[in-house]
Amino acid sequence: MILIWMICILLAGGILSWIAARRSPLLAKWIALLTVTADLLITCWLFSFYQAFPDKTSWYINHQANWIPALGISFHVAMDGFSHVLLLLTFFLGILAVLCSWKEIKEKTGFYFFNLLWTLAGISGVFIAMDMILFYFCWEIMLIPMYFLIILWGDARRRYAGYKFFIFTQVGSLLMLLSILALYFVHGDQTGKYTFDYFSLLHTAMDATVAKWIMLGFLIAFAIKLPVVPFHNWLPDAHGEAPTAGSLVLAGLLLKTGAYGIIRFVLPLFPESAVAIAPVMILFGVAGIIYGALLAFSQTDLKRLIAYTSVSHMGFVLVGIFSFNNIAMQGVVMQILTHGLSTGALFVMAGMLKERLHTRDIDRMGGMWTSMPAMGGIAILFTMASAGLPVLGNFIAEFFVLLGAFANYPTFSIIATLGLILSAIYSLRMLQKVFMGQQHFTEPVKDISARELVIMAALSISIVILGLFPQPVIDTVQHLSTIHPLLHE
Amino acid sequence: MQQYLYLIPALPLLGFLVLSMAGKHLSRNLIAGVGAGSICASALIALLISAGFLQSPPETGAYTQVLWHWFATSNLSANISLRMDALSLVFICIITFIGALIHIYSVAFMREDRDYARFFASMNLFVCAMLTLVMADNLVLMYLGWEGVGLCSYLLIGFWYETPNNYRAANKAFVITRIGDTAMIIGLFLLFKELGTLYIPDILAKASQQFGSGSDTITLIALLLLSGGIGKSAQLPLQTWLPDAMAGPSPVSALIHAATMVTAGVYLIARMHTLFELSPIAMQVTAIIGAATLFIAGCSAMVQTDIKRILAYSTISQIGYMFLALGVGAWSAAIFHFFTHAFFKALLFLAAGAVIETLHHEHDIFKMGGLRKKMPVIFYTFTIGAAALAALPLVTAGFFSKDQILWYAWSANGGHPVLWTLALMGAFITAFYSTRLILVVFWGEMKTTPGHLPGKAMTIPLVILAFFSVAVGWIEWPHNILHVSLFSELVQQALPATTLKSGLPPEIVFQFIAVVVSLLGIYTGYVLYYGQSELLMRWKQSEGLMNVRHFLYKGWKFDQLYDMLLVRPFLFITGINKSDVSDKLYTAIANANLYLNRIFSVSQNGSLRWYVTGVLIGILFIITLQLLL
Repeated sequence: MILIWMICILLAGGILSWIAARRSPLLAKWIALLTVTADLLITCWLFSFYQAFPDKTSWYINHQANWIPALGISFHVAMDGFSHVLLLLTFFLGILAVLCSWKEIKEKTGFYFFNLLWTLAGISGVFIAMDMILFYFCWEIMLIPMYFLIILWGDARRRYAGYKFFIFTQVGSLLMLLSILALYFVHGDQTGKYTFDYFSLLHTAMDATVAKWIMLGFLIAFAIKLPVVPFHNWLPDAHGEAPTAGSLVLAGLLLKTGAYGIIRFVLPLFPESAVAIAPVMILFGVAGIIYGALLAFSQTDLKRLIAYTSVSHMGFVLVGIFSFNNIAMQGVVMQILTHGLSTGALFVMAGMLKERLHTRDIDRMGGMWTSMPAMGGIAILFTMASAGLPVLGNFIAEFFVLLGAFANYPTFSIIATLGLILSAIYSLRMLQKVFMGQQHFTEPVKDISARELVIMAALSISIVILGLFPQPVIDTVQHLSTIHPLLHE
Repeated sequence: MQQYLYLIPALPLLGFLVLSMAGKHLSRNLIAGVGAGSICASALIALLISAGFLQSPPETGAYTQVLWHWFATSNLSANISLRMDALSLVFICIITFIGALIHIYSVAFMREDRDYARFFASMNLFVCAMLTLVMADNLVLMYLGWEGVGLCSYLLIGFWYETPNNYRAANKAFVITRIGDTAMIIGLFLLFKELGTLYIPDILAKASQQFGSGSDTITLIALLLLSGGIGKSAQLPLQTWLPDAMAGPSPVSALIHAATMVTAGVYLIARMHTLFELSPIAMQVTAIIGAATLFIAGCSAMVQTDIKRILAYSTISQIGYMFLALGVGAWSAAIFHFFTHAFFKALLFLAAGAVIETLHHEHDIFKMGGLRKKMPVIFYTFTIGAAALAALPLVTAGFFSKDQILWYAWSANGGHPVLWTLALMGAFITAFYSTRLILVVFWGEMKTTPGHLPGKAMTIPLVILAFFSVAVGWIEWPHNILHVSLFSELVQQALPATTLKSGLPPEIVFQFIAVVVSLLGIYTGYVLYYGQSELLMRWKQSEGLMNVRHFLYKGWKFDQLYDMLLVRPFLFITGINKSDVSDKLYTAIANANLYLNRIFSVSQNGSLRWYVTGVLIGILFIITLQLLL
């Protein structure tokens, strides 16, 4: 029940905040902040369930309610360690998203927070839905408010970016819907029990060709979200034009639903087909690492630059998942968390710079370290996180992925490792263009404010903790080795 | 004492945290106190623990301390844990002791700088990372320190970040060392795949059981680790970053780019010596790279005019000696040269920094001159450093360590006459450019008037370093002269002893040749650079010689080569694909749709006649179809 409550709190908070904004925009902000904080606290409290659960390897919260029994649709939500860490990430970044919108959003505040909270609700729904229709429903809920966030509060080219985002993801969603229906009928024909329930659909015996096509529907939807090169084109536009919180949620959470989907659905539902397609996916992943890095190097728009680094980093996720190695799989989870924090931080920082300088063009920045020493120091921390420096969580993630992948695919792993050189090159270029050199701006630029410091400090501390004490996360998702036979060999 | 091991890296870390968080609220004295104090305290603890270690060496050969459990999944696990054996003891002592002296020097040297706190924060972080590197008991933690020192090196080279040359040098250093690091981490992956562990004692124990001597896998692993060492230690072909790295403040050059970080490669190879011993090819490659580097960099050092670039090339060259020693299997000789080099090279850089500072940031040695009388302390200490570098027999530490390497370059199991010849030529070159440096800077007429002379905080560290640059040689004498070998006895607790070939000429012959060659180098330098040399004038007229000089001056044009082979193609590829070619596909789909939309929207024009015609044509079409079929 508690899981449903978590989503309801967000949905209600969104509506309440919309209504309250008519009276006072400040009230709307506080409602939004309290709502997400409440959810974060609940998620933390849920750890007691995890601790009390004797067998830490599976679903420690499982709740099923009737929805449309005639069609085999139920309101089934459940949580295991993997969902749990993703929920923690969702609400943590959610709070920061609310905080970094505090000053930035001046128009239609109520509707803005409504959209933000509903996106978060959709995302958290995706992470716990165990009924395919419910999953699809949440998948769409997170899409539409996000579309509004881009198109209403975005930058100059927001319409183009919004459409592109919507069409790309919608194409994927429709393919996924087809696959869900196909799976439903295949399973129903075999067993006579027509159901959308995830746990029933597991171990559906299928002809290899059928399985391949159904899997492709899921895989393409998730690949577009992740994004996998060559389906990544929506991402730089959407990230570039979205408001800061939008970019934060996109990079930190929305992309992760793609990774989550592959791990939760593609691998367990289609174990053989996933193995068959693995070399191709790893190739795509490696190509993404290199291609994204090359593009990131040449960008002059700060937010687009960061967006392409995401493309590169998400390549590691793909490589890690499809190398079918337990260490690599733990690395993927770490990458999901740490990339969310580090890239989120970079986007927040880009937003702060834009607020002050009214530009995203790094050729027009430079020398900002002089007037913003604190921001400079934090920027170094997160660019280094992005370059995979140890001590920071991203290193653990990439190290695990590459080390794990090396066991099965040494050549691909080596090429992917070369991405570490490229990531150093683009990270340093970004740092240099923004913070080093002579300052171009004559008017004084303020260093970060207390509110901004809270955001950045929270992110910095988390990324260092994940780098030095990653074991709790690893323990929580240890059971992922059971989702695929190849993983627990 | 052992339980305080963690304090050695923890105190510098604490210093870093305090300075980076609260630096702007602290007074300059407090900053200096925290910055230098943390390192001094750490040095003190390190010396106390080392003393304990030397008095009663632990039975296992090492002090260990597990701080916390880092991660464990499947068969991969690593702890944040420290280990101090004889090899790391040498490194820890050098890092903390010389680090402390350099920090004390910096208190005065950086006094007027705007970013005083940032300087000490970065320096403290560096010391912490470097200590982690040498104290790590597993390769992942070592890699953590390895990357950490890279970051600090980057931050400190680009310390004065407003000048383009500085941040370019910083970027270059980071990226080039990253190339080596990446090779190294691939080596780690391979090592883990083969042995299933990254815990160093386990690796060393398992390697000889798992791999046959000279097997391909072990050679590959050793070469990959070597590549990491090459990048960090600025050896051929990744040496190009170090001369540019001189853009950082002089104390940084002394600590990071002379005494400690650039010798990380030496440490890595010595630490993983079992792997290297199993692969004769990797050993040979190490020796050849070392010999080639010491010669190539030495040649470049002869013609530089920037005082710090001379020292930078000389550092590359001296580390080349260490690699040579490692490659021929003279493990303790390599570490001994690291040990002596750290003192005299740190001394040279600090003294050079004092000269530069006094002469209002003048770097060109030909604009210096005649400083002998004006700054006697600097002059004497600098000369001692240069003499040690030139390996002046018996009275300098550099002699004792370099003599050993020269001897082993021929006589050790991996030795070879060609390696020895190159090393000997290097010895001549080193003696020559050291002499040139001293004569041009301190003799002759004064070309720049000195400003404010350095104070006590700067000169006392110099004197201490000068003392050690002479004295530390005496702890390890050649066997045929005196039976004092304190250093190799210590180091051989952790590293194998050097095995010699049989049927060698007596050692004294080699020593004699080495002494003659270094004296000859000094004499040549004296002839060419004391006063006006006609020979030099005549050489300057010759175009051919000047071309050679330019080629050497530019560091054998490695930069130009890499620029052409790597940088330009990279910039070209990224430049043409700036707007992401894959986007064209989707734009094309969108445009095709728009085009179709335009064509079909013609039919929707609101005119009734058009619609009726359309309906009629449709009916006719269907009827015809019916009739035909």
